[in-house]
Amino acid sequence: MAGLADPVIELDDVHKTYDAGGVRVEAVRGVTLVVERGEYVAVMGPSGSGKSTLMHIVGALDVPTTGTYRLAGVDVSCLDERELAEVRNRRVGFVFQQFHLMSSMSALRNVEMPLTYAGAGRRLRRERAADALARVGLGDRAGHRPTQLSGGQQQRVAVARALVTDPDIVLADEPTGNLDSVSTADVLGLLDEVHAAGRTVVVITHEPDVAAAAGRVVRLRDGVVVDDTGSAAP
Amino acid sequence: MSWWETVRTSADALRSHRLRSGLTVLGVLIGIAAVILTVGLGEGAQARVTASVDALGSNLLVVSPGSSTSSTGVRGGLGSASTLTMADAAALASRTVAPDIAAVAPATQRQEELLAGTANWTTSVVGTTPAWLRVRNRTLLLGRFISSADVASRATVTVLGPITAQNLFGVANPVGRSVDIAGVPFTVIGELASAGTSGSTNLDDMAIVPASTAASVVFGAAQSSSVGTIYLEASSPATLSAAYQEATDELLALHHITSPAAADFTIASQQSLLTTATTVRRTLTILLAGIAGISLLVGGIGVMNIMLVSVTERIREIGLRRALGATPMVIRRQFLVEASFLGLLGGLLGASVGIVGALTLPGVIGDPIVISPVAVGGAIAVAVLIGVVFGVYPAARAAQLAPIDALRSQ
Repeated sequence: MAGLADPVIELDDVHKTYDAGGVRVEAVRGVTLVVERGEYVAVMGPSGSGKSTLMHIVGALDVPTTGTYRLAGVDVSCLDERELAEVRNRRVGFVFQQFHLMSSMSALRNVEMPLTYAGAGRRLRRERAADALARVGLGDRAGHRPTQLSGGQQQRVAVARALVTDPDIVLADEPTGNLDSVSTADVLGLLDEVHAAGRTVVVITHEPDVAAAAGRVVRLRDGVVVDDTGSAAP
Repeated sequence: MSWWETVRTSADALRSHRLRSGLTVLGVLIGIAAVILTVGLGEGAQARVTASVDALGSNLLVVSPGSSTSSTGVRGGLGSASTLTMADAAALASRTVAPDIAAVAPATQRQEELLAGTANWTTSVVGTTPAWLRVRNRTLLLGRFISSADVASRATVTVLGPITAQNLFGVANPVGRSVDIAGVPFTVIGELASAGTSGSTNLDDMAIVPASTAASVVFGAAQSSSVGTIYLEASSPATLSAAYQEATDELLALHHITSPAAADFTIASQQSLLTTATTVRRTLTILLAGIAGISLLVGGIGVMNIMLVSVTERIREIGLRRALGATPMVIRRQFLVEASFLGLLGGLLGASVGIVGALTLPGVIGDPIVISPVAVGGAIAVAVLIGVVFGVYPAARAAQLAPIDALRSQ
């Protein structure tokens, strides 16, 4: 495949084993997966298929037990907590099912948070956060608290927060799981825009219509890839 | 993440849990205020003791008779023997025998009834010499003190303390008036200025008469040559111990006693009284400060408790922050800053309450409270330290959370 020249995600025979109360649970059993820059990938599977564990590894929230994972060319498998934090901060933008917004802060300050940990100065944070909010269509809601926004708007704020550090991948874990159909369409449209702007997007979902929005669908079952529709032609 | 951002984030977190933060601060506040007030109370008492001893004269030595031993071997208490005499006093007054003793005042006192017209008053009648005024560090309000001539001629003259004068003559000038002491008419020649109280002794209620007059007219011939107490004044505070030694040596020689352990007298200095008083006060202060310290400890445990609750309750916030790029160190720092914030707030408010208490309480309890800037600054520093110390464990717990577990928790 021609696109292999610039892979963003390279998983090579990744295994992840947990010790859950004395019981060894092998959540991921040898996943090899390559995602090119600019792809829009949906990872599907029933609960217990290992998709959440895989998402944690891809998002550098966890490291594989065996196998290697390279994110934008950097081997993440052997990094320590501090280095992983930096990788998450600079290379990954997270969108969660529960939004995970700080209710005590305005939308603008929520979007600023990753920049704070990146050590950006106040003025730069303000500018970039306001810009990210404008890109998701909430430029006029910057001062609102999350509780003053609808579910769809809250998830838009979360997408703005994911984009603000200009990451290599946007990783969305069931981004529409808590939304009604109107807001779902709204957020899917937004992810489409993000992808159209050239960003790599990975969505974890069990909803077929969410997966349908992606150009490529990877199906997991019992910790292994059972189906991969393959890279869309660039 | 800069310190300023950490402080701002911590302040936000505390503000969003006002009641909880307030109660935690209250715990530290009470501890700090208690420490400041107890230490202030101790220092105030100390200052008062020092001042009252200074008023008595810090160069003062007091010679008291030793204990008597009866024929059956029963030993009386201190002062029960009449071992001191006018001759002892005269010998100690010699500059060649005791060069470091500046003045000597023998004094014998007894409770007697005083009569002036229809007013009567029972008080201490002190038979002494002119040096008493100087040795006891007193001054006169009216008239004159007894003179050497009065002592020589056994004059029936008396100098009254202000309270005695007031009880006998009211507000009228007592000088020149007549007062009967133990049935003998005396002429009032002066009135002492007020000196307050020393311990349980009222220094303003007494009648001073010449020692010779007291021995022959008031107390009776039996005690003509014995003296109750001899007051000595050292020439300066620096020569106090030299004066003490000279007095001891001379009295041992006069009483034909070879071993100091067998001495039939004791010599006390105001310094030794001060030391005793200081020791008692210090013990009390340590006790109070200990109690205050315990309440401070309880406040600290409150900080820890609340921080642990906070970590548990904000586990998803911690997970989010970790996902967004906060390192374990940044998380630890945030919780540490929050804990020290609670400590600092408690310290500042506690110091304010302590200072307000120090200004208002003395009016109620009648004891002075001295607030030193060092104690206030120290208490605030301790409060911050408590926040840090008791915040370390919760902060470490927060920092150790795995981001995926934290994000997953409901």
